[in-house]
Amino acid sequence: MATEETGGGLEFHPMDQFVVSPLFGDGPVAWYTPTNVTLWLALTALASIAVLVLGTRGRAIVPNRAQSVAELAYGLVHKMIEDIAGKDGLRYFPYILTLFMFIVFANLLGLVPMAFTTTSHIAVTGVLALAVFFGVTIIGFVKNGAHFLDLFWVRSAPLAVRPVLAVIEVISYFVRPLSLSIRLAGNMIAGHAVIKVFAGFAAIAAVAPVAIIAVIGMYAFEVLVAIVQAYVFTILTCVYLKDALHPSH
Amino acid sequence: MEGNIGELGQYIGVGLTAFGMGFAALGVGNVAGNFLAGALRNPSAAASQTATLFIGMAFAEALGIFSFLVALLLMFAV
Repeated sequence: MATEETGGGLEFHPMDQFVVSPLFGDGPVAWYTPTNVTLWLALTALASIAVLVLGTRGRAIVPNRAQSVAELAYGLVHKMIEDIAGKDGLRYFPYILTLFMFIVFANLLGLVPMAFTTTSHIAVTGVLALAVFFGVTIIGFVKNGAHFLDLFWVRSAPLAVRPVLAVIEVISYFVRPLSLSIRLAGNMIAGHAVIKVFAGFAAIAAVAPVAIIAVIGMYAFEVLVAIVQAYVFTILTCVYLKDALHPSH
Repeated sequence: MEGNIGELGQYIGVGLTAFGMGFAALGVGNVAGNFLAGALRNPSAAASQTATLFIGMAFAEALGIFSFLVALLLMFAV
């Protein structure tokens, strides 16, 4: 770990907040151990269910707060799929809305003080990204058969450059789950670590006011980042879905 | 003076990956700046292109993220 003491009694442990620990006792972490990740993943699922199911249960014509949040998210994701992947992409709307709600709530619940950010772990975001990657690949082959490979063979380009483009396209295709998962996890790790570093500076009386204002500023920025990263993850899923449904460029 | 030369190189390499993040920042700023320049010329077309803006930002950001990945690999996997 790169967190060394910096002298002067200041101690920075910005990465300690990402440690996975068992909920009960101090035993070793096996795959079935309930840990803080388990707790916060469950809370994330419950929060998104609460907003989408309980929030819209009233079916009011003039929506209350929870219902308008649910309607906003529904409308945002619906329009995104329609604009990017087309009408036939709407068959996959339930999964993409689930993905969006899950990521946005995981990010926002991670910002609650003393909470654990589940999306800061590549194990969590990696599974989300691999599910999208395999799902999109399977949809592509089922819908288009061998024509799905047209995605890599760019017919609009001159014949001479097509093999080169094919190599680049194949690499960029297989790098998708990596970039999806690391973008989300990296943004979460970096933002939370920066907040912790500024919070560490608050221990020095001379810079404490600046540090506290910086923490407030970073926190506000992180709320924005939490929503934007969920949006980016969802929008890239839509772009990949469009490639799977209409592989010819 | 202690420690071995391999560890020294590892830490220097991690520091160098920060350049990658800086250049990714240039790329993202370029996307946003050009979007704004275009949007101010034709504000009525801007709203329909915000999705493209975010896709462009995500692709520009992806390569900065790879430098972050290299840093993580150097710190924890090598």
